[in-house]
Amino acid sequence: MTGGKTPFLWTLFSAGGTLAALLFPVHLFLSGLAFPLGWLEAPSHDSLLNLVQHPLTRLYLFFLISLPLFHWAHRFRYTLYDGLKLKHLTTLIAVLCYGCALIGTVVTAYTLWNVP
Amino acid sequence: MGSREKLPPTVTLAVTRYRPEEESEPTLQTYEAPYRKDWVVLDALNYIKDKVDGSLSFRWSCRMGVCGSCGMMVNGEPKLTCAAFLSDYLPGPIRVEPLQFFPIVRDLVVDMTDFLHKLKKVKPWVVREEERPLSEGEYRQTPEQLDIYKQFSMCINCMLCYAACPIYGLEPGFVGPAAIALAQRYNLDSRDIGAQERLDILSGKDGIWECTFVGECTKVCPKNVDPAGAIQQYKLTGAAHWFKSVLLPWGRK
Repeated sequence: MTGGKTPFLWTLFSAGGTLAALLFPVHLFLSGLAFPLGWLEAPSHDSLLNLVQHPLTRLYLFFLISLPLFHWAHRFRYTLYDGLKLKHLTTLIAVLCYGCALIGTVVTAYTLWNVP
Repeated sequence: MGSREKLPPTVTLAVTRYRPEEESEPTLQTYEAPYRKDWVVLDALNYIKDKVDGSLSFRWSCRMGVCGSCGMMVNGEPKLTCAAFLSDYLPGPIRVEPLQFFPIVRDLVVDMTDFLHKLKKVKPWVVREEERPLSEGEYRQTPEQLDIYKQFSMCINCMLCYAACPIYGLEPGFVGPAAIALAQRYNLDSRDIGAQERLDILSGKDGIWECTFVGECTKVCPKNVDPAGAIQQYKLTGAAHWFKSVLLPWGRK
């Protein structure tokens, strides 16, 4: 059909945006405010490690980190295209943006895979 | 009574003039019009046309936000001039220009051929396999079925959303907000079967994927149609079709 790979990249963008909008505030509230300010009792290192060792938690963290990276990549790509009118550098910009998101995804996968 | 004296007696309008037989470039000409609390920009333009300069050209018809013909840039923002109160732009001068991104025919009149052409391409009418004879009665619809598309049906083709869309400014081929919202209006209509015919235009090269969700179209829409919402909604449909065509390449397109 049409649109090249745009529909696929948009799906990643869209999923990442949804995750970021819904879940980031929760994480920011918990680990950025509630735990350091003592509103809630902070979990111990051991219990967090225990949590992250569970495969479902790792899967959750993988998507929570990777998809918003693609959201950023897609948004930033069009910001450069249209905002700075750099459409003639289209390939370079696309490779850089999605490349960064891909690197971030690989690093995330590697780190989560190697949780002791 | 006391407040009446504080009102400015007149307001200055800087209006685009372009008479192709006289000028090669549009220029701004200033006019004075009386200020009235209940006057809109269109009233001031009509005053100028009637009393000051009969050669000024602009489109208007209903004066009540229904016909969609009096759209212009007011202080750089796309507005229906029949709904833009002078009191909101005091002390002036108020800049009145033709809708941006459209070729100017004369003064404040733009050439809307491009929009009409795009509108026609998305088939904004109920497509049916076969029309039922009149004797079989009307096509019935429940209130719920109506609610699904009603918002998108409020579009009056005023083209403010095109003048607000930076993508349309950069990519003149872009099908654009109103045409996509109207395509969605028929796609979502329970009586219509034309969604497949509209798919190629909507998710083609100049379709929904050009949109980067700036959202200005929805902001300026005088009828709360939310074209940006229609486009994002259709992106989901387009993406679903894309996945289907990749995962089931042997299936029908």
